[in-house]
Amino acid sequence: MEILMAFVVGILFMSATYLMLSRSVVRIILGTTILSHGVHLLLLTMGGLKGGAAPLVGENASSYTDPLPQALILTAIVIAFGVTALFLVVGYRSYKVLGTDNMEKLRGNEGND
Amino acid sequence: MSLLHLAIIAPFIIAIFVPFFYKYIKGVHTGWFVLPLPILLFVYFISFISSTSNKQTITESFSWISSLGIDFTVKVDGLGLLFALLITGIGSLVVLYSIYYLSKNTEKLNTFYVYLLLFMGAMLGVVLSDNLIVLYAFWELTSFSSFLLIGYWYDREKSRYGAQKSMIITVLGGLAMLGGIILLYLMTGTFSITEIIAQSDAIINHPLFVPALLCILLGAFTKSAQFPFHIWLPDAMEAPTPVSAYLHSATMVKAGIYLVARMSPVFAEHALWVWLIAGFGLVTLFWGSFSAVKQTDLKSILAFSTVSQLGLIMSLLGIGAAALHFDELNPAIFTVATTAAVFHLINHATFKGSLFMVVGIVDHETGTRDIRKLGGLMNFMPITFTIAIIGAFSMAGLPPFNGFLSKEMFFTGMLSVLEMDFNWGILIPIIAWIASVFTFIYSMILVFKTFTGKYQPEKLEKKPHEAPIGMLISPIILASLVIIFGFFPNILSSSVLVPALETIMPGFSFDVKISFWHGVNEELLMTIGVILVGVILYFTLSKWRGVYGLFPEKLALNRFYDNSLDWMQKGSYGITNAYMTGSIRNYLAYMFTFIIIILAATLFGKDAFAFSTENVAQIEFFEVLLSLIIAIASIAILFTKSRITSIILTGTIGYIVSLFFVIFRAPDLALTQLVIETISVSLFLLCFYHLPKKLTEDPLSFKVRNAIISVGVGAVVTLIALSAHSNKLFDSISQYYIENTYTEAAGKNMVNVILVDFRGFDTMFEIAVLGIAALGIFSLIKLRKNGGKKVEDK
Repeated sequence: MEILMAFVVGILFMSATYLMLSRSVVRIILGTTILSHGVHLLLLTMGGLKGGAAPLVGENASSYTDPLPQALILTAIVIAFGVTALFLVVGYRSYKVLGTDNMEKLRGNEGND
Repeated sequence: MSLLHLAIIAPFIIAIFVPFFYKYIKGVHTGWFVLPLPILLFVYFISFISSTSNKQTITESFSWISSLGIDFTVKVDGLGLLFALLITGIGSLVVLYSIYYLSKNTEKLNTFYVYLLLFMGAMLGVVLSDNLIVLYAFWELTSFSSFLLIGYWYDREKSRYGAQKSMIITVLGGLAMLGGIILLYLMTGTFSITEIIAQSDAIINHPLFVPALLCILLGAFTKSAQFPFHIWLPDAMEAPTPVSAYLHSATMVKAGIYLVARMSPVFAEHALWVWLIAGFGLVTLFWGSFSAVKQTDLKSILAFSTVSQLGLIMSLLGIGAAALHFDELNPAIFTVATTAAVFHLINHATFKGSLFMVVGIVDHETGTRDIRKLGGLMNFMPITFTIAIIGAFSMAGLPPFNGFLSKEMFFTGMLSVLEMDFNWGILIPIIAWIASVFTFIYSMILVFKTFTGKYQPEKLEKKPHEAPIGMLISPIILASLVIIFGFFPNILSSSVLVPALETIMPGFSFDVKISFWHGVNEELLMTIGVILVGVILYFTLSKWRGVYGLFPEKLALNRFYDNSLDWMQKGSYGITNAYMTGSIRNYLAYMFTFIIIILAATLFGKDAFAFSTENVAQIEFFEVLLSLIIAIASIAILFTKSRITSIILTGTIGYIVSLFFVIFRAPDLALTQLVIETISVSLFLLCFYHLPKKLTEDPLSFKVRNAIISVGVGAVVTLIALSAHSNKLFDSISQYYIENTYTEAAGKNMVNVILVDFRGFDTMFEIAVLGIAALGIFSLIKLRKNGGKKVEDK
């Protein structure tokens, strides 16, 4: 299963990279979102996907899945969300102010000052 | 801190007070306040002569950075004292001269004397330091103060050019020298020159010996204007004439000579040292004297003449070093060359200083230094003319002046090369002889084109007249020294020359007896030949001057220097422009590419492909299905052109991820992921109205590039994931959490207990991140009404 997940993560990274290299700001933000998905899945996979109960003591199971990667991912999800939200608003504001979402045209103040 | 340290630091201290003298005592020329210092120092250094002539050295140490072996150690021996006397003696005369040369009313005297004092202190530091790092610090300070002095009239373009050029070249050499110093430290473990000399036998076969030698020589050659680094010196003539007389003839340009002489006991046993110094010295000697003849500006003639004479001294030091190298020959043959070098060093300082002052007077009284405009000044300036004759004849090597003596010794030294018995040896005295002929010619041009011939009043800005007596004092003193050393050379020999020589070549005994007449020998015949051929060539100058036109201007070293600066500037501009495109996408492409290259290379280099299928969980149907959907969605997103489709597809990926969390038994993650994905998609949809309708597309070539990069990133991540999973080195620490969640932390949900109890710190700052993001979003939206601009204005 881990091998399959490694390929899934690879595909997520690939499409995220491609989106981040594109011209449109929206696609770049979508790319970062997908990249964070890939990272979260990678964290989970590397922690091991062996069977076992959900990490709740009440289950009284003989083995549990590893709780530590889950805690790390939870933190990461929240942070990624905060960053994505901020990105989205920055993208929205820059489109409003500058009138373009084309990264090729967003080149600092060269020639404007 | 001893009196010796104070003597070196005194110029710096006085430099602090110069601006106050300048500002508050307006009636008196600031130079008068400076003048006592070099005189005092000169007298102070004279008091050391008795001890150095008894082969004593005086060492005083002052702790500076002892932990790194850097102490301000001052050592007075024969060589250091000779230079200290030159620096302070000529320094006094130059200050006196400058008082009359620079006007109190129109010049910024405060800066001039501050720079000059900085230079004087730095130069004293160079010649008296025993610690190489301290020497280097003073060395760079001389470059720096020389830069300031050349650029003294900074509103002139040429001054700035000359200052920059000299700075670049001398600092280049200075840095090389620092490298050499560090290499010496690596070999010997000390920065002290005395201790390095003590170890010189041990290090000669060290692999770092030759690099250290080359680095030190590069420093010495650039500072002393040796070929091909001499190009800065003629451009440094834009400095005020007292500066040219002091720095660029008598003192700073001899710092390289000093370094070579000082390091001779360390390096001279190596053949490379002998041949590099002798070779470069000879080329410089010839090229300098050859180029001097074609100059039309008096100071340029003197500049090339200085270059040539420095080459002469340098080549003599090289041949003198052969005494250490050729054991089988009688060393006395070669030590004559060293004697000649030191003797000529003193002579050159006297006559070149006086000639520069003469040229300064001519410039000051006529308004020009161009020999095509000058002529017939003899009747107006008899005293200046006399001084010029003495200086120039001494420079040309005519009796009865001191230049004659050192030129004879120079020929003796050059002829001694024949003793070495190698094939092309005869060339060396021949080149030296030809260079002497050119020296004779430009010396004559200098005097006779200026002071005799036709007087051309229409070309002069002022009516020429004799200089004020104050301006003449210094050149008169120097010219008198030329004659005194000429007639009584032995007053120098035991007091100054021999101690200096014994410092350069320890272990040899010197018995210097210089006499005018030593019979009819080869040297005398060579001198007569120089005079004869020189006179003929001088009178036929107009006929063969065309020779200089043959030399293509394109091959000139200055052109090469200017072009290479230009190329470097254009080249770096081009390189920077080529990759700093201003486009963030390009930078991202670089970063991704380097990530791929570095990671893939590491993977291959470490042979990390031992994939194992142990520890692998079973694959189930649901998982395969979800994997297929997520793969299809994430690839499909690359091909959509509309924004709504891409947003929905991204949402799909997010929800599948939360389904994965369900399958992999992570209930809290699934919950959070679901909620957050929903909010994210809503946010995207919220901005939907404002976002552009069509997504901007790339041309195909970019797509291909991006596709290659992204496939690479995906492949590398997959490989690393597989490799990392196959090589688990130790078990997880999670067993502790599983066992202690309830007993230690009173909770049954392990993930939540880790988040708020075991690792609560992370959570706190995660909250902070969310808070900052919220504030950021709020201010981005809120500050919109101000238009963003007002915030900047405040």
